[in-house]
Amino acid sequence: MLWIVFSKPEKARIFRIRMFDEIQNIGINSIPIVGLLSMFMGGVIALQTASNMDSPFLPEYTIGFITRSSTILEFSPTIISLILAGKIGSNIASEIGTMRVTEQIDALEIMGVNSLSFLVLPKIMGAVVFFPVLIIFSIGLSLIGGWLSLIMSGLASTETYVLGIRSFFEIGNIVYALVKCVVFAFAIVSVSSFYGYYTKGGALDVGKSSTQAIVTSSIVILICNFFLTQMLLL
Amino acid sequence: MIEIKNLDKSFGDRQILFDINATFETGKVNMIIGQSGQGKSVLTKCIVGLHEPDNGAVLFDGNNFTEMDRVERKDLRKDIGMLFQASALFDSMNVEQNIMFPLTMFAKHSKKEMLNRVNFCLERVNLEGKNNLLPAELSGGMKKRVAIARAIAMNPKYLFCDEPNSGLDPQTAIVIDNLIREITYESNITTVVISHDMNSVIEIGDNIMFIHEGKDWWQGDKNSIIHTDNQEIIDFVYASDFMKEIKDSMKNNH
Ligand SMILES: Nc1ncnc2c1ncn2[C@@H]1O[C@H](COP(=O)(O)OP(=O)(O)OP(=O)(O)O)[C@@H](O)[C@H]1O
Ligand SMILES: [Mg+2]
Repeated sequence: MLWIVFSKPEKARIFRIRMFDEIQNIGINSIPIVGLLSMFMGGVIALQTASNMDSPFLPEYTIGFITRSSTILEFSPTIISLILAGKIGSNIASEIGTMRVTEQIDALEIMGVNSLSFLVLPKIMGAVVFFPVLIIFSIGLSLIGGWLSLIMSGLASTETYVLGIRSFFEIGNIVYALVKCVVFAFAIVSVSSFYGYYTKGGALDVGKSSTQAIVTSSIVILICNFFLTQMLLL
Repeated sequence: MIEIKNLDKSFGDRQILFDINATFETGKVNMIIGQSGQGKSVLTKCIVGLHEPDNGAVLFDGNNFTEMDRVERKDLRKDIGMLFQASALFDSMNVEQNIMFPLTMFAKHSKKEMLNRVNFCLERVNLEGKNNLLPAELSGGMKKRVAIARAIAMNPKYLFCDEPNSGLDPQTAIVIDNLIREITYESNITTVVISHDMNSVIEIGDNIMFIHEGKDWWQGDKNSIIHTDNQEIIDFVYASDFMKEIKDSMKNNH
């Protein structure tokens, strides 16, 4: 199936247009939810870290350090991808599934269009290109959220938080986060497209496919996350 | 010319089509008729490869479609226009984009030429000026007509229409019937029409194939269908009292 998805698009111009549409659909439209989630996530991580640090031996900048590490390593790439698996996965599976049960995919095939590549490839490319942007954006907002919550609760000062964020910084961690989110983007789109494309029956089955797509892509994300962490961090 | 040889098709262990043999001639309107659920739609989908037949062969002008690989099929399909029973318009595109879609994918024309072609096709199905409506904003019959316009946009060599005038009023049905007949004769294409409508069968059917219980029960032309003594066909054609009356009055006149 993947081999057919990656066969050469019929017309480069149409492919580009469709890819930018998908970036809009998959990426730009997810910015509000990703922003909101990241702010609150960062805020909660910072608060919890601060409230759990009773020991006088731990310097205060540990709060910033831990907030940064957990955001980059796990929360932004994995949690955001899981949320997006719900949003994007159901969207893709129901869109393609509806096209299947209303014979629109058959209509494409009859015209001599490679429907799999026509429908799925722009979505995969759009997601793979735009997920890293979303994740960087999420990391940024999460750190800001952490800062705001600390300031407002008075648990740490701006200077120590920033100091913590800047200490022991490894560029490798960002690379790790980006690799993860690209893999997750690919997993979400290909799994959901698969369920949509092979929907059989009617409108009811489109709903089932879309639920299946969310469940399976979430599981795939968790499994990939485990193995990627072993491969990249250890 | 399209030839079908010994075609079988089943879904799971339910066999739908049994040993179908037929020839659809070029430059003629070939009709497939039969009761609901007898396998007419399944047969056309087997012909164009949307369903894989279990056995048998389909030949397009002598080329064995059944044995072609994906790329060869794709090339042949560029010559096929198909109207689906449920229209199958692309929801996300308006009427104009739907009809223009095959042109933008494969034809090398300027935007203006394509637009002219779209408007020409819309005119032929009596929908001029409806370019910007979305499928959700169309009535069932309008969808059908847009789908016909889309099917003929590329000047196909083979045209399949699954119930082109079901859901249309008698007047519009005649417009569509005439359109199908005209383009078949004008461009000398091989047209296959599925229909329930005896009116259009008698009006435009050059060759008629009657499918019953998944078998190619009867084949002939429109004169022989009126005079046949095959009981299943008589039941099908003269199902309504009105048609029975016509038949009786024809007999009395003779
Ligand atoms: N995808 C499918 N899977 C399983 N069975 C199917 C499928 N498509 C059609 N069938 C079965 O095949 C039989 C023939 O269906 P088909 O759609 O060809 O009927 P038809 O002659 O076109 O009827 P109508 O005039 O009502 O459109 C039906 O009994 C239907 O239940
Ligand atoms: Mg049918």
